[in-house]
Amino acid sequence: MLKQKYDVIVIGSGPAGLAAAIEAKKTGAEDVLIIERAKELGGILQQCIHNGFGVEILKQDLPGPAYAQRFIDEAEQLGVEVLLDAMVLDISPARHIYAISKWSGFAELDARAIVLSMGCRERTRAQIRIPGTRPAGVYTAGTAQRFVNIEGFMPGKRFVILGSGDIGMIMARRLTFEGAKVERVLEIMPFLTGLIRNYVQCLLDFNIPLQLRHTVSRIIGNSRVEAVEAVQVDDKWQPIPGTEEIIPCDTLLLSVGLIPENELSRKAGVALDPVTGGPYVDEGMQTSVPGIFAAGNVVHVYDLVDWVTEAGFRAGRSAAKFALAERKRAARQVKLQPGDNIRYIVPHVMDKESLAEADQRLQMRVIQPIEDKVWVEVLDGDNLVTRKSQRYVRPGEMVTVDIPQKAYDAVQKADTLTVRVVRR
Amino acid sequence: MANKKYDVIIIGAGVVGCMVARFLSRYKLDILLIDKEADVGMGASSANTAIVHAGYDPVPGSLKAIMNVAGNRMWDTLAGELNFPFERRGDYVVAIGDEELPLLNNLWERGVKNGVPGMMMLSGDEVRRREPNINPKVSGALWASTGGICDPFAVVIAAAENAVQNGVTLMLETAFEDFVMEGNRIVGVKTNRGTFGCRWAINSAGLYSDVVMHKAGQYPEFKITPRKGEYYVFDRAEITINNVLFPVPTPVTKGILVTTTIHGNTIIGPNAQDIQDKEDRSVTREGLAEVWRDATKLVPKLDLRHVIAVFAGLRPGGNAPCKTPGVNYGHDYIIEIPEGVQGFVNLGGIESPGLTSAPAIAQRVIEMLKDAGEKLEEKRDWDPIRPARPRFRDLSPEEQKILIRNDPRYGRIVCRCETVTEGEIVAEIHAPIPARTYDAIKRRTWLGTGRCQGGFDTPRVVEILARELGISPLEVTKKGPGSQFLVRPTKDVEG
Ligand SMILES: Cc1cc2nc3c(=O)[nH]c(=O)nc-3n(C[C@H](O)[C@H](O)[C@H](O)COP(=O)(O)OP(=O)(O)OC[C@H]3O[C@@H](n4cnc5c(N)ncnc54)[C@H](O)[C@@H]3O)c2cc1C
Ligand SMILES: Cc1cc2nc3c(=O)[nH]c(=O)nc-3n(C[C@H](O)[C@H](O)[C@H](O)COP(=O)(O)OP(=O)(O)OC[C@H]3O[C@@H](n4cnc5c(N)ncnc54)[C@H](O)[C@@H]3O)c2cc1C
Repeated sequence: MLKQKYDVIVIGSGPAGLAAAIEAKKTGAEDVLIIERAKELGGILQQCIHNGFGVEILKQDLPGPAYAQRFIDEAEQLGVEVLLDAMVLDISPARHIYAISKWSGFAELDARAIVLSMGCRERTRAQIRIPGTRPAGVYTAGTAQRFVNIEGFMPGKRFVILGSGDIGMIMARRLTFEGAKVERVLEIMPFLTGLIRNYVQCLLDFNIPLQLRHTVSRIIGNSRVEAVEAVQVDDKWQPIPGTEEIIPCDTLLLSVGLIPENELSRKAGVALDPVTGGPYVDEGMQTSVPGIFAAGNVVHVYDLVDWVTEAGFRAGRSAAKFALAERKRAARQVKLQPGDNIRYIVPHVMDKESLAEADQRLQMRVIQPIEDKVWVEVLDGDNLVTRKSQRYVRPGEMVTVDIPQKAYDAVQKADTLTVRVVRR
Repeated sequence: MANKKYDVIIIGAGVVGCMVARFLSRYKLDILLIDKEADVGMGASSANTAIVHAGYDPVPGSLKAIMNVAGNRMWDTLAGELNFPFERRGDYVVAIGDEELPLLNNLWERGVKNGVPGMMMLSGDEVRRREPNINPKVSGALWASTGGICDPFAVVIAAAENAVQNGVTLMLETAFEDFVMEGNRIVGVKTNRGTFGCRWAINSAGLYSDVVMHKAGQYPEFKITPRKGEYYVFDRAEITINNVLFPVPTPVTKGILVTTTIHGNTIIGPNAQDIQDKEDRSVTREGLAEVWRDATKLVPKLDLRHVIAVFAGLRPGGNAPCKTPGVNYGHDYIIEIPEGVQGFVNLGGIESPGLTSAPAIAQRVIEMLKDAGEKLEEKRDWDPIRPARPRFRDLSPEEQKILIRNDPRYGRIVCRCETVTEGEIVAEIHAPIPARTYDAIKRRTWLGTGRCQGGFDTPRVVEILARELGISPLEVTKKGPGSQFLVRPTKDVEG
């Protein structure tokens, strides 16, 4: 039976939402509800039947559904309530939620705190503006993954994949297992955008060629894709005339990036960062609207599920404390600002007092790959607050750096901390 | 010889053919409407700017000008009867910089000659006040209060559906091949699905109206040259220009606009590129670049990152000289019952503003038939009203509640960006003109047109179509034969 009011309502039941609900319960919130628009819990993990989940925090290499099941079971044991096959349509800044579902009809609920964990959606053909016709046979990699892994159908026989994102590479392998021919993976950037691990395991091991600095310049075919035209690009991503090549195929898969899904956040008045596409958050994952928290791909796009789960824990804990009126308002915050070769940092601001309780983790993406030893440095002006060494940095792999508790004093003096990546 | 004999066969179910069918369905006539595609309105009527033009643009004295202004007046009644989205928001022709300002006067004069009501000249300041995103160098605008916007798919579908409700037979995937003649009289139409007898054949074949009239021996020199127009669609959440903004026109086209769809998306386009291939609706790099360049001249703030779709349409541009004495114009409409052949109604070269003009053209067809001696007796039970089906997202929470209570399928959202429910999809599949393809559902519900462009809904719609039509998911198509989504079941191997 649905209640009218909850301590914490979590929207979306991927790894971020599940972790948030679990941790909210553990922190002492009594009534915790997850609302999920799919028919089952687990989010995108349910269609990721390949291994590669949980290596960092479970120290186990699990398929996506098995990883999700761990947390689904735990949420159930803790008494988290669930509303499935229900879509949240609106949230007010006062945390009034409006959802509809085939089974329960129409629900209006109030929450003391909300965790947004709606995940992300895939960029489409139009967002990268591929010229040509509009036939059947152009799919985003995630849609194809759903057809193959959930519905049990092959969306084509001969594939070209645009984009070296992880989902695309994972699908290249999956489709090859299924007897399809993957002609090629094309990547417009001069470097891989997904994980090297996936490049090796999904492309190299199956002799699928990857062409960097290449894109699709035209889709050909009226009813169904008949071919694509591939072309090399220059440093400004413009096609180089004379390098066009027609690749016959019946399907084009797009793995050209993910965008946080924030239509609801917008309705709730949550301020969004144009760089990440997700909400501005503090170290406890609170958004610009008090009482509304966010975690997972809705904030910024992750590469590893483990860090999604961890962010979910953090958001769930903060949300429960807020609901129980235990979360202190940050008196003094320090801003975190991207410096050399950093595209963005999450969180965007940090309560200076938070270092009294624990180390604080910063997550970020670099702009350019550096295949060499680097320092990831956190600075207050010219003063080094902390730094860490890495063997390389790549845009496809999230970079993290912890601000240790022992930096407490240094941080108290700062208004802004800048993070940069420099060669050693 | 013939499978069946009709009074009237209408060749082509675009906005013109469907309006003609709907207007003629009022009379005691046995009517067949055919189209070669898997759905109505897949030609020019499906990809255009969706503007109901005021009428200051066409050359005075041309059939285009007459049909435009007459057509424009008919839209309120039509929208009321057929229940499609239409709003008279007015439109602006915007002059940027001082050199463009005098051109507005030319349009004003044309408008006056064409009998366009409700025009006004606005100062640069006034335009900036009304549209804050506009290029600050705007020097003035012509404002026409009778300009409107509509959902062109909805218009075509509503007209066709009302025709079918009133007894018109619609056959899709039925291509005209030739006429059956007795002497110089048309007595039938040959199609890929057999031959059908008729007393009248109406040519409303859009891009192929030249081919059809040549088969009837008419105007061998008449030629349709497809003129491509390309567009960008923007995310509703990111930018909204609530006005219809034309640049000052060039001698060939009305220019590249910044406008809004009735669903609230800003769109920019179209350019104008003459091409040869009548099936080439591909979008080109060059075309898109041109659209971008001109549109950002009107609204500099547009941001490529907020584009959610690009598409192209083909204008069925003809070369018929205007028949009004003293008017020198070479791209007029052909709307006539020709002398040389009997039983033929010829509608050719219906390019922009063909959408606006379609109801007036249909009305003109009725008059021409009467002049040709058809009695045209009215049916007593003709029903001009096409009932609307519920659109979940447009309802109040109270109405939504009732809808879900009566049919829980309205409680399941299939398209998350546009908030389209399973109930609406099922209703379209079982409507008087059944939606049998993904694109047919998309055009009717607006599903898949949002930010994710069908990424989320496609597998779900394939499943629903298969279930409701009693076919395998492997047989479900995007837009008719040859456009299947899926090729075979998986093998069930572990990946
Ligand atoms: C195809 C793919 C392959 C991946 N492969 C790997 C891998 O091999 N290893 C690895 O470690 N990581 C991998 N990842 C990354 C990791 O799995 C994701 O980052 C993680 O699933 C994101 O979790 P999330 O909870 O933020 O979002 P999601 O899992 O996407 O969950 C969001 C949930 O919110 C629901 N929702 C959204 N809006 C609403 C609403 N309005 N109302 C109700 N419910 C709503 C959705 O239905 C969904 O269930 C992969 C990701 C993808 C997409
Ligand atoms: C880019 C662009 C922008 C435009 N903007 C506007 C605007 O803002 N306002 C406005 O008023 N007008 C506009 N127009 C013009 C308007 O869209 C057209 O004038 C109108 O749609 C023409 O309708 P139609 O029914 O004649 O043609 P179509 O819609 O093309 O219909 C013809 C039909 O005939 C069928 N057909 C062809 N050959 C055969 C055959 N052998 N057998 C059976 N069926 C056949 C086709 O499949 C098609 O469905 C624009 C047009 C374009 C292309």
